[in-house]
Amino acid sequence: MAIRIILRVPDERLRQESEPVTRFDAALRLAIDDLEETRQSGPAAVGIAAPQIGWFQRVVIVDVSTKKGVANHGHLILINPEIEHWEGYDIGREGCLSVPDYTGNVIRATRIRLSAQDPQGAPLAFEMEGFEARAVQHELDHLDGLLFIDRVVSRRTDLFQRKVYAARPGAAGGKPT
Amino acid sequence: MLTLVGEDRPGIVARVTSALTEVGCNLGEASMIRLGSSFTIMLMVACPSPGAELEQILTPVAAELHLRLHLDPAGGGLHRHLVPNIQVRVMGADRAGIVAAVTGALARTGFNILELESDVAGDPERPVYIMNIQGCSERTLETLREAVAGLGAEGIAVDIAPVETLIG
Ligand SMILES: [Zn+2]
Repeated sequence: MAIRIILRVPDERLRQESEPVTRFDAALRLAIDDLEETRQSGPAAVGIAAPQIGWFQRVVIVDVSTKKGVANHGHLILINPEIEHWEGYDIGREGCLSVPDYTGNVIRATRIRLSAQDPQGAPLAFEMEGFEARAVQHELDHLDGLLFIDRVVSRRTDLFQRKVYAARPGAAGGKPT
Repeated sequence: MLTLVGEDRPGIVARVTSALTEVGCNLGEASMIRLGSSFTIMLMVACPSPGAELEQILTPVAAELHLRLHLDPAGGGLHRHLVPNIQVRVMGADRAGIVAAVTGALARTGFNILELESDVAGDPERPVYIMNIQGCSERTLETLREAVAGLGAEGIAVDIAPVETLIG
């Protein structure tokens, strides 16, 4: 196992699309070990994507189980992950190992349905919500050459209007009047 | 720290920043926003020339755009980020004292405000004041909620939630 160098902006390689994994062999599992060791070597990252260490295959690791009170599926190694369904949206603050010293607000789906494969190639399926769903969406963006800074919004953009009606009793699904 | 305020019109940011760039200044953290009909700029600037010269460069630009100019020496670098761990959402009838009541209660717990945005929503006859605060606190959520609990009786809804910053 080895800690790899994390690519940082403005490295253009972070912008490239990663290739699907086709060989579920020992080499894949060794590379996954490096990815995990690299994730754990830095600040408390709840996820990492293969392209962040210059490995351009569709592999991510997500583990939000260390966060208190957050619904989660434990430590996840996701190969060729695909989001099949999105629902709801919320604003949350994100940062990234590849974008040091910056955090910003990003809109993400609050519930997702996800399919993927495990390191042996067996199919996986999950329904996720909240922080874990956010982490998965952040990592999957990396596989398509996207960074959270591409999605940063001002909280002023939509928060005020949303909050008005979210807080009106019995107004769920209604419109602000 | 450069502060500029004046009647909003297109082109203010472009004019000010190009004047700064021409003399080799570096721009750092900034807040630029329209409030009412004014445009406000607060901008960290690092300059090769000392402050007096910066004032000379900006005074004609400010005059041309009808902006009021203010310069303060600022410590630290252009980027010095604190990450908030607490979010406070406030909503209540728009009346005098709502901001002071909430921020006072928070200040007594040692809460450090990093960012505060507020606006007025609702009908003109029944305006609702909405405020969103992000900040840092080492106290527990329970302690903070207790600190603002009394405000409910005054018709001010205060929602305190942790901000979990996702790093990935
Ligand atoms: Zn990232």
